[in-house]
Amino acid sequence: MDAETLPYALDLVAGSGVCLSPEKRTALRTSLLLVRRDYRFEQVRLWGRIQGTRGAYYVAEGLGPDRAGPRSRLYSLNCVDWSLLPPPAEEMIPMTAGLKGRFQGDPSYEYENYDKKEEDLESHMSDGNDLALVKEELRLVITVDQIDKAVGIVPRGAYIKTPLGPVHENRSFEGLSLTEAKKLSSYFHFTEPVNLKNKTLLEKADLDPSIDFLDSLEHDIPKGSWSIQVERGGRIVVLRSLLWPGLTFYHVPNTKQHGYIYFGTGEKNIDLPFML
Amino acid sequence: MAEPPGEQPEEGEKPQEPGPEPPRQPSVPSSKSLHGLARQSGQGLQGQTGSSEKGLEPHPSQDEQPAQIPLHDQQPGPPQQVRGSIYQPQQPRLSVYEQQEPRGSIYQPQQARGNLFQTRGSMPQPQDQRVGAYRPPTGVQDTAGGTSQDFVGGASQPQDQRGSSHQPYQVPSVRSTQQQFDPGHGPYQTHEPGLGLYQLGAGIYEDQVPDPGPRALAIKNAKAYLLKTSIKSGVSLYDHFAEMLAKILEERPENPADIIENISKDIKCARFQKKLDTLRDEYEKLPTYELAEMYKTLFQKVGGDGAEQEVEEEALETPLPNVMETAYYFEQAGFGLSLEEYYHIFLAIKLLVTTHPLQNCRFWGKVLGIEANYIVAEVEFREGEEEEEAEEEEIPEEVLKEGSEREEEDEDDEEKDEPPKPNYKPPPIVPKEDNRTGTNKFIYFVCNEPGKPWVKLPPVTPAQIVNARKIKKFFTGKLDAPIVSYPPFPGNEANYLRAQIARISAATQISPLGFYQFGEEEGDEEEEGGAGRDSYEENPEFEPISVTELVDSLSNWVHHVQNILTQGRCTWINPLQKAEEEEEEDEEEEKEEQEESQQEVGPPLLTPLSEDAEIQNITPWSSEASTSLVPQYAIAVLQSNLWPGAYSFAIGRRFDNIYIGWGHKYSPVNYTPPELPPVQTEYPSGPEISETADPTVEEEMALKAAQEEALAVEEMEEEEEEDEDEDD
Repeated sequence: MDAETLPYALDLVAGSGVCLSPEKRTALRTSLLLVRRDYRFEQVRLWGRIQGTRGAYYVAEGLGPDRAGPRSRLYSLNCVDWSLLPPPAEEMIPMTAGLKGRFQGDPSYEYENYDKKEEDLESHMSDGNDLALVKEELRLVITVDQIDKAVGIVPRGAYIKTPLGPVHENRSFEGLSLTEAKKLSSYFHFTEPVNLKNKTLLEKADLDPSIDFLDSLEHDIPKGSWSIQVERGGRIVVLRSLLWPGLTFYHVPNTKQHGYIYFGTGEKNIDLPFML
Repeated sequence: MAEPPGEQPEEGEKPQEPGPEPPRQPSVPSSKSLHGLARQSGQGLQGQTGSSEKGLEPHPSQDEQPAQIPLHDQQPGPPQQVRGSIYQPQQPRLSVYEQQEPRGSIYQPQQARGNLFQTRGSMPQPQDQRVGAYRPPTGVQDTAGGTSQDFVGGASQPQDQRGSSHQPYQVPSVRSTQQQFDPGHGPYQTHEPGLGLYQLGAGIYEDQVPDPGPRALAIKNAKAYLLKTSIKSGVSLYDHFAEMLAKILEERPENPADIIENISKDIKCARFQKKLDTLRDEYEKLPTYELAEMYKTLFQKVGGDGAEQEVEEEALETPLPNVMETAYYFEQAGFGLSLEEYYHIFLAIKLLVTTHPLQNCRFWGKVLGIEANYIVAEVEFREGEEEEEAEEEEIPEEVLKEGSEREEEDEDDEEKDEPPKPNYKPPPIVPKEDNRTGTNKFIYFVCNEPGKPWVKLPPVTPAQIVNARKIKKFFTGKLDAPIVSYPPFPGNEANYLRAQIARISAATQISPLGFYQFGEEEGDEEEEGGAGRDSYEENPEFEPISVTELVDSLSNWVHHVQNILTQGRCTWINPLQKAEEEEEEDEEEEKEEQEESQQEVGPPLLTPLSEDAEIQNITPWSSEASTSLVPQYAIAVLQSNLWPGAYSFAIGRRFDNIYIGWGHKYSPVNYTPPELPPVQTEYPSGPEISETADPTVEEEMALKAAQEEALAVEEMEEEEEEDEDEDD
């Protein structure tokens, strides 16, 4: 969520236990402003917090003019000093895929990648040493990226794709109506669309190319991986991801205000199919 | 229109013109043929020539032409006639000069228009400059034409044609940009740039000039076109532009040129919003209002004066917890709900306290569900009061049981031909713990929203706890929703919620060491079955443990809720005792049960947290101080890793626990539902019912041979006998 409106936005998502102590909140207000200055971002967002057993990572992201373009992510352990995370790369994913369990809260902590080790010993003996240790920082990068791709969402119409490609905030977005806001189809994954290309021409006919350039949540697998609730009597719509518990999205109907934040352990809920 | 034919011949000449022109201009008083060319080819030329000539006012013909050319073009008539008419309209030009003063006064309304011109004007300037070098006043005249033409702006045909005639004259690049801007205006722009800036007022006047003639007609046409309302929306472009400009000027947005589309869209949208049908008069019932109404009841004082007095009497010893105080501490710890929600909960709990005879009450936490969430309050009834209610509750259950038994009996009577009964005997049911003990020590009330009625959760049975451990389901938010799971859960969501609450409480309700102590009057441990004493009392001599100690060492924290055994109870009970009394059992079963019935022993009450088992290398608790910057006022915060969402804080004599989460236990490995049990045998297999194998040929042969032998022997014997008989 946007760093500018952080206290207000945090209050809206507090229903699921998301809360920052006054100390952290104040620190964030200050430090994120400086981050914005130092890295020359157009917009800085507080992405969330990943709770480790011995400490927590606070993650922020900075955006350039293209809102859907690549974004820089930073993390901090104390909400004051921020350090840049390396951009996620394809080859990192298999390295961290086998890691399970809670984060430690120490970026230099090294995981012993048991699964990888065994595989390597079986298949390529030579690679075994390189992949045996994975730093937690790397895991953090991938986890944040995965969460963003899987459950980073925006309301329909909040962003428009310009004919030249870049995605901008829609100036004339006035928010979803309450009835619209209760439907999953009014929310989009804010990432490269996957299902959109697979739609039939008939389905595509009603889409507005400048608005409907993203995948909607409607066809998320498994079905029912979102909890959509109207809180405070219709003043806020809150979406909680059941796939990545801890991700809370809020939208105030009929206003521009929306955003999401992740406050969790950084673990995917792989038991979801059994739990519905 | 009519003009193309006239222009065509000229086109041949046009290419030549640009070249020769510059030289021509100096020799302004050139022949009429030149003028004719200029005029026909377009106003650009005329502007130039005219400008050069304007200096030399005496040549009226040349001067007038530029001013009037637009008219000529619009006129269907041939250009020559136009020229003839040009002489008359000199007046307008004169008027231009005269009106220069009024121009100033008119200036304001035209500013907007002036802006429009500016961009355009900049491009054609080179040409004008050429002229301008010659004579600045020319600009003045051209403006007149330019502005008037601007009015005509929308007028379609005449302008376009003029444009076509004009353009060859102008620098090509200029033309293209003009066209982008507004093709209709293209042709005029050459005049405008110089003039448009200087002389906006003149144009207006010219339009009003007594001899407007064809130009005014064109203007009228154009305006009429603009005023034409759309069939669909009933709005004319003229009005729309006017509204747009008004909006822009009122609101003064930044970079209006970039967002002109949005503004246009907004205005169109606003137009639709106003248009509403008559049905709308019905007042909209938003859930917001209902909720606000509900919250309002919370803020009203309960009961009349009598009730208030009672409250005052009890004020000294009220069971009402100070929710806001704990909320403050949890906020310091970085966990909790919004203050507004807390306060609503606070009021809702107050309502609960005033409506029920409670001894103790506590805000236990919030359990998230898919459709709604549960707010949970933990209460303890006053002595005596709660048992009545409990009895009331139990009665229906018994009635139900009796009813079902009766039904079964009836069925038995009807069906005389009974199907074979399975010899499966369900394992003996572990009796649930009495109220005020073990898992049922507290009673829990839940509601979806503060202000909605509190619902009392039923007491938990050991079977529910045992089954709740085996399943992992999301709460839906409806207490009567069935739990569809394997293994099947005995009960609905209310029971599941209650079971989870019991499990969470047992694992995460903690207090600083020494805050509670065992009561002295408590019986021996042996009597309790070795599970430890199950009640405690506040230690009056408790000395606060410092925050750093609380943070550093988990052994300074203790559980003050009893551990739940695998049996699903806190105190172990032998489920077989009753069973043995009632039924005779097979020896085999008894053996099994004896194995099972080894007494389970859990950690006793008030066990330090440091004894908690690790979850696969993960510490069960994470502790930290709420702040490192101001250690003097830090509070100790403990966070359960086993039940994510369970937090505790302690400072001095204050401590509290809260749970806000999905109600699921953490497990590092993924959940796997238990395996299905092996398929049961349908009947005992034995030799009586098993099919025998067919004999082989050899066997048959052997049998036959044996039989034959036997027969032979018999025959022999018979024969012998016969012989004997015969002998006899």
